[in-house]
Amino acid sequence: MGKGGRGWSLGLAGLLSPVTIWLGLFFLIPLLFILAYSFGKSGVYGGITLGFYPSNYLKVFNPLYLEIIVRTFVIALTNTFLCLVLGYPLAYFIAFKSGRHKNILILLVMIPFWTSLLLRAYAWVVILGGNGIANRTLQFLHITDHPLDLIFTPQAVIMGMVYSYLPFMILPLYAALEKFDSRLKEAAQDLGASRWQTFWRVTFPLSMPGVIAGSILVFIPSAGEFVIPNLLGGARIVMVGNLIQQQFLEARDWAFGSALAVMLAVLLVGAIMFYVRRVGSEKLEEV
Amino acid sequence: MSREKRISRGDFLRAMGAGAVAGSTLSVLACQPNTTAQSSGGGGGGPEEKVLNLYNWNEYVAKSTIPNFEKQTGIKVTQDFYSSNEELLAKLQAGGTGYDVIVPSDYMISIMIKSDILEPLDMSKIPNFKNVGDNYKGLPYDPHNEYSVPYQWGTTGILYNKKKLGKLGPTWEPMWDPDYKRKIGMLNDPRETPGAALYKLGYSVNTTDQEQLDEAEAELEKQKPLLRGYFDSTQNRPLVINGDLWLGHVFSGDAFLALSSNEDLDYLIPKPGATRWTDNMAIPKGAEHPDNAVKFINYILGAKAGAALSNYTYYNTPNEAALPMIDPALKKLPGYTLDPSVFERLQVIEDVGKATREYADLFTAVKSS
Amino acid sequence: MANTKGGPVYTGLRKIPDRVLLLFAGLIYLFLYAPIMVLIFFSFNSTKNTQVWTGFSTQWYGELIRDTSVFNALKLSLTVGLTATAIATVIGTLTALALSRYDFRGKTFADSAIYAATVMPEIVVGVSLLVFFVAATIELGIVTIIIAHVAFCISFVTIVVRARLAGMDRSVEEAAQDLGATPVQTFLRVTLPLILPGVMAGALLAFTLSFDDFVITFFVAGVGSSTLPLQIYSMIKFGVSPVINALSTVVMISTMVLILGGSRFLSRGENA
Repeated sequence: MGKGGRGWSLGLAGLLSPVTIWLGLFFLIPLLFILAYSFGKSGVYGGITLGFYPSNYLKVFNPLYLEIIVRTFVIALTNTFLCLVLGYPLAYFIAFKSGRHKNILILLVMIPFWTSLLLRAYAWVVILGGNGIANRTLQFLHITDHPLDLIFTPQAVIMGMVYSYLPFMILPLYAALEKFDSRLKEAAQDLGASRWQTFWRVTFPLSMPGVIAGSILVFIPSAGEFVIPNLLGGARIVMVGNLIQQQFLEARDWAFGSALAVMLAVLLVGAIMFYVRRVGSEKLEEV
Repeated sequence: MSREKRISRGDFLRAMGAGAVAGSTLSVLACQPNTTAQSSGGGGGGPEEKVLNLYNWNEYVAKSTIPNFEKQTGIKVTQDFYSSNEELLAKLQAGGTGYDVIVPSDYMISIMIKSDILEPLDMSKIPNFKNVGDNYKGLPYDPHNEYSVPYQWGTTGILYNKKKLGKLGPTWEPMWDPDYKRKIGMLNDPRETPGAALYKLGYSVNTTDQEQLDEAEAELEKQKPLLRGYFDSTQNRPLVINGDLWLGHVFSGDAFLALSSNEDLDYLIPKPGATRWTDNMAIPKGAEHPDNAVKFINYILGAKAGAALSNYTYYNTPNEAALPMIDPALKKLPGYTLDPSVFERLQVIEDVGKATREYADLFTAVKSS
Repeated sequence: MANTKGGPVYTGLRKIPDRVLLLFAGLIYLFLYAPIMVLIFFSFNSTKNTQVWTGFSTQWYGELIRDTSVFNALKLSLTVGLTATAIATVIGTLTALALSRYDFRGKTFADSAIYAATVMPEIVVGVSLLVFFVAATIELGIVTIIIAHVAFCISFVTIVVRARLAGMDRSVEEAAQDLGATPVQTFLRVTLPLILPGVMAGALLAFTLSFDDFVITFFVAGVGSSTLPLQIYSMIKFGVSPVINALSTVVMISTMVLILGGSRFLSRGENA
């Protein structure tokens, strides 16, 4: 129906050539190195000898590593869900309820993220510390009578992840919501739907591409996160990002690290493709 | 149908244009030297450009260190930073070059020597090496100082709240004391923390004996519920100062920094063993300004530069000639000036080859449990 | 307040649900800015500590003025960030157009590659890119940093712009062409304005990713190319100096001033 079409054309080739060149050279070729490394053998002091040692992949099936991978997925899913629940109302507010100030408000969402995550993590340690604002407020309001362990807990890690990834949900949601023709909303309401019904039956479904995009952009990088579990979790929450980092650095096992990374990529991309094809593709592409 | 073609061509031309511009810009830029501190190529004969590329930890030079060197020698110094020995190694191994002086820790020096990525030092050009105390020369990782000279050294011990806990005896027991539950912080380091368990058990910090490692792992599992977490030393410091922790596993410099403004705190170096570590200056193979590099190394080993360095970093100097100029307030801090008897119980962390992965896995298993 | 051109209608915040939404939004902003306020607070600390307050001092701002290396790092981060964002946004938008409007053989591969670029852990991308640059004898420096940043940003832009393009009403584009506009004119005058919020959102995301990137940048940076994150994250071992807090405060205030100053340009009327 649209101006696109099936099959290759000059236009399509033109549109895709920049990304093909760039990602082809600077992502896919390096990725081939990693693939080669994953079948190689790690030197004792790092470095790698190429060869065919698929045992690197078998090493992944160690209960310790599997536990880490499962935990990572659970955290990433929780993070995605929370980002959606917290980010959607804000994206909605900025898109529909802020009038002239839309652009400023979106910029204001991003500005905190132009300061180093390290500094902001240190700030959270202060805020959530024994003597920090959070505890003092709770005690002041007589909700608690002694300082709670708020920081360096699994909950702090989740909070830190949400804090870190909220923009990745808000921006795509905003992009999808903002184009929304509110005459559809008006029409629904003229026909007697309540605000809530209008939202669930009209607005939310039409914003699905944004929801899907935001979920992908939060879930995938969450799985590779390694900074927040260390800074806000006291390094007691080990995620697969920490594991891969450690294999390349402390363990100097590039082969195993590469195998882990390849497996993670295959798993995640597979999951996303499945999700998008099953759930989203009609909504993503339909005109 | 003709409309289809017109869209295609327009899209195509735009895309090609964008791609061509980006591609040609980058290929032109990539083939030119793109930093000001590049030398005119290769070692060997001919005078070196008056430039030095230093690769160091951040906040590990005094404010005066580099400016004074530049004034004295006319050599312009560019300093870049890395945040761990392992990252430094990985970058050098993957082919990252351009640095003239690097500052790796002890065990990393021996790994680098074994991987053949260090340039041997011409000691005839480093006369200030005579300033280095005997205790800091010829350490196991570089027994004849062929590739490295010491830069700063320190210990890894326990910073604790003396006011709250009273003066503690120098052992590792407090870090395993259930009375201090959730008020203990250990280091997030796969050699130091398993090392602490090994020290506590009376073993060598470099053991490869599987039984001993298993025992250490069991100790760490016992300790985990008592911990607030595994932190960087620079995180343990404010947590102890704040009272969020009562005991922190720290590097000595962080302890001294805390002690110099908090009388309630104390630092102890536990028995029967604790780590003594040394950061060193070395020259990577392929360095483009090796002569400038030795000049810099020699400068740091001078008395004045050495003292200025340690007075800023709060870490110990290996430079005996610098000792008289060290801030007396620092010298009085517990654990700064060490008795020979304390020296005896300190161990140096060495590279353990393949067993490194054992330690890494052990630590991951404990953290993850 | 209805308008005839379509687009969101701003009806003010008089109703209760709107007020609740406003409160919620305020809370989220508070959540986002709470650490920032602490950060600014500690930029005035009297000792070299970013977590324990010891007294008031402006020494770090003085040091910031004297310390050229930090400002150079900021300049470099901005240069890299803006350049990489510009390139990645263009490429990402074109890619999004291709993927959302065409169906072709190899589309699954293309989709997977785009997603895969967001999956790869930083250490893996960093090390492999470094090995690649060395093998291809490309000299490390600012250019290699930009190349790397574009590479990991393209996918994010693509995914965001695709969300914008999905379900977009093509009838306006078709009408323009029926009236004789060339493809370039159609794109510039019709399509681009319609997808601009998506493109801008993608660009914002790309810049943010680039500006605070450490691991990948560490591996592909050349001598003398210390970006701000390379300075900051490498302070973990021996202590983060509040000079960084001072710098962040200055950057933040400047950005706010710029934005609020340019607010007239940024605020568009409902019927823009």
